[in-house]
Amino acid sequence: MDLVTPDIGLIFWTTISFAILYFILAKFAWKPILGAVTEREKSITDALSAAEKAKEEMANLKADNEKILSEAKLQRESLLKEAREIKSKIIADAEIEATEKANKLVKSARTAIENEKSAAMKELKNTVVDLSLDIAEKLLSKELDDKSKQAENIQNILDKTKLN
Amino acid sequence: MLLRFSRICTSLLLLLFSANILANPIEASDNSKEFDVNEMIMHHIKDSHEFHIMDINGHAVSFPLPIILWTENGLVTFLSSEFDHDDSGKVIVKKKKQAFVKYHEKIYYAEQTGYLGKYVIYDDNGFVLNKKPLDLSITKMVFSMFISMVLLVLIFVATARTYSQSRNGEPTGLGKFTEPLVLFIKDEVALPMIGEKNYQKYMPFLLTLFFFIWINNVMGLIPFFPFSANLSGNIAFTFVLAVITFIITTLVANKDYWKHIFWMPGLPVPMKLFLAPIEFLGIFIKPISLMIRLFANISAGHIIILSLISLIFIFKSILLAPVSLFFSVFISLIEVLVVAIQAYIFTILSAMYIGSAIEEHEH
Amino acid sequence: MSLIIFLQETMVDYGAFAAIGAGLAAIGAGIGIGQIGGSAMEAMARQPEMQAKLQTSAIVLIAFVEAVALFAVVVSLIK
Repeated sequence: MDLVTPDIGLIFWTTISFAILYFILAKFAWKPILGAVTEREKSITDALSAAEKAKEEMANLKADNEKILSEAKLQRESLLKEAREIKSKIIADAEIEATEKANKLVKSARTAIENEKSAAMKELKNTVVDLSLDIAEKLLSKELDDKSKQAENIQNILDKTKLN
Repeated sequence: MLLRFSRICTSLLLLLFSANILANPIEASDNSKEFDVNEMIMHHIKDSHEFHIMDINGHAVSFPLPIILWTENGLVTFLSSEFDHDDSGKVIVKKKKQAFVKYHEKIYYAEQTGYLGKYVIYDDNGFVLNKKPLDLSITKMVFSMFISMVLLVLIFVATARTYSQSRNGEPTGLGKFTEPLVLFIKDEVALPMIGEKNYQKYMPFLLTLFFFIWINNVMGLIPFFPFSANLSGNIAFTFVLAVITFIITTLVANKDYWKHIFWMPGLPVPMKLFLAPIEFLGIFIKPISLMIRLFANISAGHIIILSLISLIFIFKSILLAPVSLFFSVFISLIEVLVVAIQAYIFTILSAMYIGSAIEEHEH
Repeated sequence: MSLIIFLQETMVDYGAFAAIGAGLAAIGAGIGIGQIGGSAMEAMARQPEMQAKLQTSAIVLIAFVEAVALFAVVVSLIK
């Protein structure tokens, strides 16, 4: 029974000792030790997270580069496409223009020819009229002299006069 | 982690146990009397007012310790050597007009009878009827506790100092030994049992508890003079530690904890009524089991080692000595592991009880 | 009747009964701890990555079982 009856004196001293020990150790030992441990753990986690961040940044950078590259590629493609389009358009435009011009030229040439032709016809008619009149005149004058001579004359005149 | 931890403590103490065998048998008293194993063991297990070192030619050599008494006439202090190694109530010490007598390591006011030279009187069952002053003496246990306190403060303040000297917060010197133990308590006890949110508040308590118990357990296993007191196998010591855990658990407990004890949610009413008294008793059984576990484990360890040594004296044969020595060394080595595990269990269960008191349930 | 007389005669020596009680408690605790140890070992072999957790809970459980045996030891120490 003695063995399992707590002794007042020892309870008293244990309580005091534990309290004193707790306060001394908490202040002078556990605080600095746990502080150092937490600080170290924090610095390790910080370093780890920094490394992770750097890695992420690297990955981002790489992704950015790739993005820029692909964008440039796309741009080039579109530029080339545009250029090709412009080229074909220019060509098509030029063709159209040329045809139009040619058509115009032909048309104007035709009108000019037409004009010349009508002018020439007019002149021809006039000349024919004049000649006819001349012939008629001469014929008439000769007729008046001699009938044979007249015929001769007419023949002469007709020979001399080249139509046109 | 646990394995490494036990390896550390085993290797630390392995050396000390070669001396174990040499020191214990000396407690066997003089040859004229029949050797009483029970008495020898109980004498070792219990507290005493002087620190018995050894017997030389039948004369006890012991370290006197101060006796502090709160008597009817106020405080009385004297050295235990004034009782002249007497423990049977035959020597009277007179202080402040009062006479004191020591009988079975308890101090009583002396009675005048002096029957058979003794100044104590008993009833029929052998209980002492003398009145007792309040005994606050620095006994063997208290003395041993003070030594353990000094050691702990020296070790851990020195450890703390190594951190201020190291550049990158790494432990140096002593810190390399003590830091894994501190981290062990932090990572294996406080964090899983209390939780990340609150554990820091209880770390100093758990660390103090663990190292205080452990160093006293270990000191109890070392068999020579300033150590060898069975402090952590004394019920008063474990009682105080268990009560401290109980007080902390009760004070920090939240509403959920009390609700789970008196009105367990999610159960039918008859079940609730049935569980409430059981859970209520549980509040007290938890610290009581803490107290008994440590006390009985450490005391049992001491009793076994001493019993094995005593085999030599019981059979009165030197031939039995090798067997007895082999077994006591074997048990001593097991005890090195046991004392560390017991300190760990006391700490982890304290952490568990505190953790369950502040746990926040979700329902 | 003779049993009562026997008990009355032997009752004086409480120590013997205490020793028997402690022994019985040790048997119970031994079975309990053995079960826990065996199961813990098996669990560790199945899931070696859970070893640390299993070890901790096995030790705590053993402490609980052991406490019962220790109660018996303490009861047998009271006389």
